[in-house]
Amino acid sequence: MSFEFKVEGGDFTHAGYASSQVKKMLKQLGVDSNIIKRVVVCLYEAEVNIVAHARSGVIYVALEADYINMRLVDSGPGIPDIPLAMQKGYSTASKEVREMGFGAGMGLPNISANADSFNISSVPGTGTTLDITINLNSAF
Amino acid sequence: MEKSFFHHALSIREDICTGCSICMRVCPTEALRIRDGKAKLIGDRCVDCGECYRKCPVHAIIISQDDFSRIFDFSHRVALIPAVLHGQFRHEVSMAEISAVLRSLGFTWVYEVENGAGILKTAIEDLMTIRTLPRPLISTYCPAVVRLIQVKFPSLIRNFATIKAPLEMAAFYCRKVLRDKGAHNAEIGVFYVTPCAAKIAAVKSPVGEESTPITGVINMDFIYNKINRTLRNKGEFGSDKGHSTSVSPESLTWSLTNGEAANVDGRTMAIDGMNNVIEFLEKLENDEISGVDYLELRACDEGCAGGVLLSSNRFLVAERLRNKARNLLVAQQRECADEFPPIENYHDYLMSKVNTTEEIKPRSMYRLSVDRDEAMRMMKRSRRIMCWLPGTDCGLCGAPSCLSLAEDIVRRRADLSNCVFIRETNQEKRLMARETSSRIMKRTWGENNFEKNCNKKGAENESN
Repeated sequence: MSFEFKVEGGDFTHAGYASSQVKKMLKQLGVDSNIIKRVVVCLYEAEVNIVAHARSGVIYVALEADYINMRLVDSGPGIPDIPLAMQKGYSTASKEVREMGFGAGMGLPNISANADSFNISSVPGTGTTLDITINLNSAF
Repeated sequence: MEKSFFHHALSIREDICTGCSICMRVCPTEALRIRDGKAKLIGDRCVDCGECYRKCPVHAIIISQDDFSRIFDFSHRVALIPAVLHGQFRHEVSMAEISAVLRSLGFTWVYEVENGAGILKTAIEDLMTIRTLPRPLISTYCPAVVRLIQVKFPSLIRNFATIKAPLEMAAFYCRKVLRDKGAHNAEIGVFYVTPCAAKIAAVKSPVGEESTPITGVINMDFIYNKINRTLRNKGEFGSDKGHSTSVSPESLTWSLTNGEAANVDGRTMAIDGMNNVIEFLEKLENDEISGVDYLELRACDEGCAGGVLLSSNRFLVAERLRNKARNLLVAQQRECADEFPPIENYHDYLMSKVNTTEEIKPRSMYRLSVDRDEAMRMMKRSRRIMCWLPGTDCGLCGAPSCLSLAEDIVRRRADLSNCVFIRETNQEKRLMARETSSRIMKRTWGENNFEKNCNKKGAENESN
């Protein structure tokens, strides 16, 4: 099954919708709650990244019985130095975003730690694509 | 396999139910359906929050209780009363007076449940020092919330603060005191005057415990009526000289919103009302909330002052109870009869009982099938069905929303032709006979609802 969720840059009010929808589906499938948690953490962090940094983005979710793949494609500033962005605590989030409780610089490291497979590619000035896959059968 | 059902204190009297579907629309876990013109409960989904009981216009939903005369099977008859019972009476009626009335009804000892809260304060403090426990810790005080988390948010079960409620602590204390005075356990009957259905269900089938020190439950509305009648007939009743309570002002308001959280150090939050709780837990489960140490969650607005078995306005109850607590503070009044040693003397004994003994298990209401591939097929089917359902959530199919109908269909609990929109379309395309459509409608809503009835609520000759 495949789904698409559109994400609007700057709209923190509606961030989290995709995570809630995906979460319900995983519960329907009877996926272990620890795995659901990892999926939801990855998706929410990635969604908030788009809201905080990009103009807009789309989340493509492919759900099968044994795995979930989430591809998040945004049109935004892109990331010039990916290894630097992957470091814990590194963030380019604005003061406003930090004041809302986001932008602690834990997003990408968190996603990487919770995903079974994680790929990031970025073109400065164009946008960033995250590709996250999580196995739904085994425990972490 | 997980246990397939809870004990439910709530049940529907089919002879009274008119199938109006109000309960189905207010149920926060979508546990009700309409069939044959009557509301039907899906036991696995019901968390005993009592929203249906609160809203039923014809009082067809009942909360089972123990027969009052059962108390006389015991020579020691303890009434455990929550402080919100006191909050239902005018300020001039003292706690000792209520106690005296209850003794005149046959109880030998009347004791406030909140006496058991002091010990919990210590137990929560102890838990909060354990750094390895997940945060926030979630209070297990409200049994409707515990069940809600089991069915809807199973990943949060690990956050439960695994301690018992003030009720159990007070019950253990009463039993111990009486046993120390020479009574046998079998001679002691401990009866809880409950403010809600969830507490009954928790006593009858405890979650996280294998046995309970409570003998039976009596509904608070029943007791309230009895007390009110006695007070009105006799005017002044006099105080119970033997009324013993050493409850502190902080403990007395424990059952109100923030009554518990205010006693816990760190960043705490108190959330009341079923829908507010659900909204918050959704965010917590998404990891959107961080830095909270302790969460008090209550199914009812204003905490237990809003319990479904209370007869007075919840805001008045809360205000009166806070007043009573303030007066305790001003007078430093520690009514404590010599007859019974105060609960503080039993600190060590009660601390040995404070932890829940059984693991609380998830019981997901969402899971479509135990077989993953089958669940996947069902989910795909349910989504295909949603393409055809109108998305208006009109409820005419007897399910609370189009989504729930789609799930019912794939669970083989309903049929696509239950949807009135589908039937209309099929009639238009001459794929379904008019008679078939009315037959289905009547099967859902019952023959009676298609006949003229001037006695119904709001009609010409309303009578019940």
